[in-house]
Formats: sequence, C-alpha cells, structure tokens
Amino acid sequence: MRQTISEKIISHHTDKPVRAGDIAIVHVDGVMATDATSPFAIKAFRQMGGQKLWDSEKVSLIIDHASPAPNETVANLHKLMREFSNEMGCRLYDIGEGICHQLMVENAHVKPGDLFLGADSHTPTYGALNAFGIGVGSTDLAATMLTGKTWLKVPKTIKLTVNGEMKKGVTAKDLILFLVKELGVEGANYQVVEFTGETIKQMTLASRMVLANMSSEMGAKTGLVDPTGLELWYPFEPIFADKDAEYIRELSFDVSALRPQIAKPHSPENVVAIDEVKGIKINYAFIGSCTNTRLEDLHAAAEVLKGKKLSSGVRLIIAPASKRIFNDALKDGTIEILSDAGATFITSGCGPCVGSHLGVPGDGEVVISSTNRNFQGRMGNPKALVYLGSPSVVAASALAGQIAEPEE
Amino acid sequence: MTPTTTAHVYPVDNIDTDRIIPGKYTKTLDMSSLASHVLEDLDPDFAKKVQAGDILVAGNNFGCGSSREQAPIAIKASGISVVVAKTFARIFYRNAINIGLPVVEVEHHNIQSGDSISVDLENGLVTNHTRSETYQATRMPQQTIDILNAGGLVDYLVKHGDYV
Repeated sequence: MRQTISEKIISHHTDKPVRAGDIAIVHVDGVMATDATSPFAIKAFRQMGGQKLWDSEKVSLIIDHASPAPNETVANLHKLMREFSNEMGCRLYDIGEGICHQLMVENAHVKPGDLFLGADSHTPTYGALNAFGIGVGSTDLAATMLTGKTWLKVPKTIKLTVNGEMKKGVTAKDLILFLVKELGVEGANYQVVEFTGETIKQMTLASRMVLANMSSEMGAKTGLVDPTGLELWYPFEPIFADKDAEYIRELSFDVSALRPQIAKPHSPENVVAIDEVKGIKINYAFIGSCTNTRLEDLHAAAEVLKGKKLSSGVRLIIAPASKRIFNDALKDGTIEILSDAGATFITSGCGPCVGSHLGVPGDGEVVISSTNRNFQGRMGNPKALVYLGSPSVVAASALAGQIAEPEE
Repeated sequence: MTPTTTAHVYPVDNIDTDRIIPGKYTKTLDMSSLASHVLEDLDPDFAKKVQAGDILVAGNNFGCGSSREQAPIAIKASGISVVVAKTFARIFYRNAINIGLPVVEVEHHNIQSGDSISVDLENGLVTNHTRSETYQATRMPQQTIDILNAGGLVDYLVKHGDYV
C-alpha cells in the first residue's frame, strides 16, 4: 500500500494500516497546552473524573500566552497550572522560558515520527521535524491527558512542490504567505499539506518550522515537510512519502522570481508582493511569535539594523521565541545590535501576537509584524491595521518608518 | 429534533475565532464574561439579541484561526443552541462537538434573520418553518454523533471511560 507521510505516521499509531477517509483511534506520543488552553483542559480533565495523567512524562504545560501575568484573573489561571503540574508531576515551563512550540522542538519533547497533540492551533509546526502535530481544543486535550489516545479522520493530502532558488532577502515567510494566498484560508481545511521540492530540501529547521507553522493558515490539520536535508542534533529515522502515494491535489511552484510578500489587513490570505504596499507609513513593528523569532530571524533583523536607528516615532518590539534563543543572541552580539538600534525586548512568549498584553496597538495605528495572523482585533485592537511580513521586512520597515524591503 | 427557534444570520465567510471571542477576553473560566463579548466586533448587539435556544447561521469556514475552545463556549453560553454554516474550520468543529454545541454544515439554504428554524441532527435536516423549506446537512461521522449524543466529550468519557 503506497502511503503519504500522514498515512504512515497515523498507521504507526494505531493497530492497522490506514488510508485517507478512515476513522482511527490513535495513541499519542505527547501533549502540550498553554495558559490560554490549560485552564479549560484542567477543568475538563477533573470533570472526566481524572485522578492522574496517562503518562506525566508526556504532558507539558507552558505559560506563554499572557506571560508574566498582566492581571489577577490571569495570575490565578497561572497559579492553577502550577498547582496542577505539582499535583500531577507533569512538566511546566513557567514565564519567560519561551513559546510552546519552540520549547517542544528545542527540548525534543516532540521528535520525528511522533503523533503529538497541542492545545494550540500552530501545533502543525512539528511537521518541520517530520512529526504529525495536531492543534486541538482544551476538551480534546483533556481526554488525551486521561487516556493517551484521541480519535481522528485520516486526512487527504495536498502536495506542494517548490523549486527554484529564492533571491536574497526572500525567505520561508514570503514563500508561506504566497502559498496561503494561492490556497486560501480554507484551502486545506480537514486536509494535510506536504511540502517538497528542491527549495524546501535545502531549508534550515527554523525555516521549515515557518512553513509547517502557517499551514494552519490554510486550515490544514497539519503541514508536513519532506525530511530530505533535515538536520537535527540527535539521530532519527526519516519518514518519506511513497513515490506513488495518492494526493487529492498537487501543485508546483517556481519561486526563483518571488518577491517579498505582505499580508494586508485583515486576513493572512490577503497577500500581495511588497511592491504594492511599499511606502505605507507604520507606527509599530513587531518581531515575535511561534512563526518568526528564532535565531536566524534575529540575525536577519540585525543585518538590516546594524549601526542604524529606528525611524523617529516608530517602535520596534521583539519577543525571542525562547530563553535559549535570547541567550544565544545575547552571546553572539545580536541583542546588542538590535537594542542599540532602538528595539525593545519583551519576555519570550506570545503576548502581542494574540493581543494579550505587552504591545497592543492604538486606534488607527499601522503595524508590520512577523507573526502569522492579522485578523481584525487579533493584536488586541479591532481598530488597528496589521500587515504581516518576514523579519527582514519588519526590520527594514522599522528603519524606514514605512513598509520597506531591505536594501540590496 | 431541536425546538423551533429564531435564526440570527451573518452571511459572511471566514468568521475567525478573534471575531467570535477576541484573545484579550479568553483568559478566564467565567462563562458569563465570555458570553458578554461573543461576536462583539461583528455585531456589538449580538449578545443582547440572542434568546436561549436561538440558532446562529454563517457562511464558509466558520471559526477559522485559533484553537481556543472559548469560541464555541462563548457561543453556547450566549444561549445559541445550534450553529449552522456552509462549512466549519476543523478545530472549531471538533471543539463545538466536544463541549456539546451541535454544529451543522448546510451548503444550500435560504435562511434569513428572524426565520423560525428547527434542526434534526440524527437525520441531518434543517427545517425553515417560516418559508416551509427543508435543507439537507452534511452527514457527520458516527464518532461525532456519539459524542454529541452523550452531551459532549466529558460526558462521553464519564460514560465509557475511554474512546470506544
């Protein structure tokens, strides 16, 4: 039987080989939930009669969405998470450790071939690692915390083949914004996206994570990146799609002429080449989120901002994806370059991206952001206008005071 | 079969979870606070208009975006008993069923705000009593019908102890 990567990974987690369309009850390798989703998961777990976790080693709770607590309500939810993790003996990443998906990958809580559930919609990020990451809600997560299992419908797969060498200054973010436009925000609903092709095979893990992460913006159940060329710091058995695996749709792209891409308000599919929006004045630039604040992203921003100053009246906020990344960037001088240019660093976490705190825009303000969503109100104010782009474009725009691309 | 209640129609595609319940309001376990902000950026009067049991009707890809279960919870807490949409985003669809909020996919219908509607979940039929029309819904997988019949995933697991 010829299988897609999805069919292979799901088959490994149930008692029989599966095909797209089958309903399967699967064993799960690990779960995680954040401060946005843990409180309801803990409540549902108790209501289900949960006394202990199916495996406390495989459960991680992360305080990242509103971290540190901005008010007493959130402080009490964080307290609830700390008490639950103490009682159950599961892992807790407290404030400042980093963004959930970065922590799961960085600490190898999720590995190639795993089937992993996250109570966060960007759990597809793990597809960069050749793992099947599914975003679920709190009650689904609670059920897995109790049973170690979940049920799913084996999805059909869309194959995206990307070839061609991208120009300097064009990144995985530009590619995924372009692909979200091509497929649309519902283009892969109930389906999986597989990324392959020469362009993909040469990408770093961090860049692969950008692609897999934003497969969520196509509605995909997950996004799986061809593991050819994937380099990890531990040994692993890659899982490839069979040559004649069955796909619901196959699309090919040549990206050698791709320009930097920008998503305009208020949808991540509202994407244009940067040339159409250059010159739009900005108030606020943000580099952050599970999509784009890894070390290579901070390096890209530093390359643009080295020895320069932010445009007057523009604020640049940066939230590194984890404490480890912050420390690496501190040691190699990147933080100093960015700070000297005028950037403000905030706690590693999700805050501004989800509109929790630490950088909500004002009425009518224009934001350029390296995050994944620009739905109306996403950053905490429905009257703000949020544009999405790569970290280099965000940095170049902060420098110019308007949407701009890095100089050649 | 649900009782006959009033439809609130928003014929818009891609109503995302930030419009259903903005992220700034989600960090709470207080249902009434969630209900008071439901859909406020789409229709500031929504929460005031809804009577217990009413039906919400929307376009394609309803609930896209975040995995926040607060989205279906806020809708249910506002009094809505069923959501009818052309299609749903996948996480929202699962979350709604898991918390016991029926969601019904109907591609073709002629429901207008104020119409009297009832829904037959078992047979996937939506009846518009105002216009004397019946619309066919997409069939749900048995697994989801089982969870919905139990009242949601919590009650399903209390009853069965495991996935069956």
